[in-house]
Amino acid sequence: MKGKKVFVIGAGMSSFGEHWSSSLRELIVDAAVKAIADSKIEGKDLQAIYGGCMASGQLTGQEHIGALIADYLGINPLPSTRLEAACASGSVALRNGIMAIASGFYDVVAVGGVEKMTEVSTELASTALGGAGDEEWELFNGATFPALYALMARRHMLEYGTTEEQMAMVAVKNHANGAKNPFAQYQKEITLKQVMESAYVASPLKLFDCSPLSDGAAAVILASEEFAKKICEKPVEFIASSQASDTIALANRKSFTSLKATQVASKEAFTQSGLKAKDIDVAEVHDCFTIAELMAMEDIGFCEKGKSGKFIEAGETKIGGSIPVNTSGGLKACGHPVGATGVKQVVELTWQLRGDANGRQVKGAEIGLTHNVGGSGATSVIHILKKAF
Amino acid sequence: MVQAISRIWRSIKQRYNLEGVHCEVCKESFFPKRTICPNCRRKGKLVDAKMPHTGKIYSYSLVYSAPAGFEYEVPYFVAIIELDNKVKIFSQVVDSEVDKVKIGAKVKAVFRRVQAGKEEDVIAYGYKFTVV
Repeated sequence: MKGKKVFVIGAGMSSFGEHWSSSLRELIVDAAVKAIADSKIEGKDLQAIYGGCMASGQLTGQEHIGALIADYLGINPLPSTRLEAACASGSVALRNGIMAIASGFYDVVAVGGVEKMTEVSTELASTALGGAGDEEWELFNGATFPALYALMARRHMLEYGTTEEQMAMVAVKNHANGAKNPFAQYQKEITLKQVMESAYVASPLKLFDCSPLSDGAAAVILASEEFAKKICEKPVEFIASSQASDTIALANRKSFTSLKATQVASKEAFTQSGLKAKDIDVAEVHDCFTIAELMAMEDIGFCEKGKSGKFIEAGETKIGGSIPVNTSGGLKACGHPVGATGVKQVVELTWQLRGDANGRQVKGAEIGLTHNVGGSGATSVIHILKKAF
Repeated sequence: MVQAISRIWRSIKQRYNLEGVHCEVCKESFFPKRTICPNCRRKGKLVDAKMPHTGKIYSYSLVYSAPAGFEYEVPYFVAIIELDNKVKIFSQVVDSEVDKVKIGAKVKAVFRRVQAGKEEDVIAYGYKFTVV
């Protein structure tokens, strides 16, 4: 990665779920305070804040989240900025924090992500999330996000023989992981039969193939090498940060069975880090729908194109498998407060690389990868982290 | 989402007649309209072009959980239609027997009401497709 070294020196998150008693601002303050306390800095040491949030305007009526965060953390007047890239908002906020440190402009910054999604009807939430795709030419014509991924799933099934059972296995695995995560929305195992018998949301995707609507926030403190050395015993280093874009509408893509943006961002991340897919010990990937995790396995390069169905079937992505994926429970079981997800992925990997992931720890994990997608693949962000102590 | 009149008006040709653009330099067609060719960028020459009204289903889904404005239509089919000129387009599939909606099925464009809000809101019309 170009520029100065960048380290995570603190991480924290609110629990994910239906937080009827907490507001948007309370959620992000909860996560930020935990990250600040974990880093052992004082709030006043921070030089800037980058916050990811997708649709607070439609979901709560509140915009101007950057200023809101600084205000309610009691650390005005430092610069605080919101970034938006649909469900990849958190990772895009992270990239901006990383670049601010890597460039030498700042020595210590906070990056957060937040979303409050459960106070509107499912229809309104669906409309707000629909804006992550092409509002005028998809949402206008009745598209939903499950439907867009269903269209990809149907092609993957046709072209590679992927089955609904194989997709269901992703949900079963991620719930098994979520059951071990005290911050997860669903700390409960489910069976293949339960997934297969759940109602269709957009065929061939069923209710249990879909990530939920969630409230939650996550935050990390990033610092330069000089700053991290002084204060942090267990720093984790960013060794790659890459982002790619693609057509806003699914219909305009050449392929429906892979996300080009993920392929491009992954390739770039492996170039930056000098690593290969087989070097990764643990990964958090964007399983907004089960088919999305399967496609991510192929696009990142954990398995061959078209083989992700067999890959999950063989248990390769379980904890204890060759590449444990979504130890947090993923978007499916940990929850998906969209703006928070990319930051939560880094929180989970920070815990994994420090050896703090308790019941879901991947033994000896030293290198982790996050994959965060916006929309149906119009933005994809990859980060690679390395244990640095 | 309730559509502003200006918004409906400016997309009439695209939504009523499937009018997109064709680049005379790279010979690729695009729908919806773009003002810059993504292949040739400023060197491209885009001209208005009607898309064929026939094609086949490339992928489909039966939607049971709808966004605001479509609550009363569930379940409904959505699909990616590959038009005869290879341009792909997202659309609902209507007036078709359930077991005929499958990948490869031949379809044609039909003119339909797409969105209607409350009683005095503007009604938005456009294309849907039906299996032939």
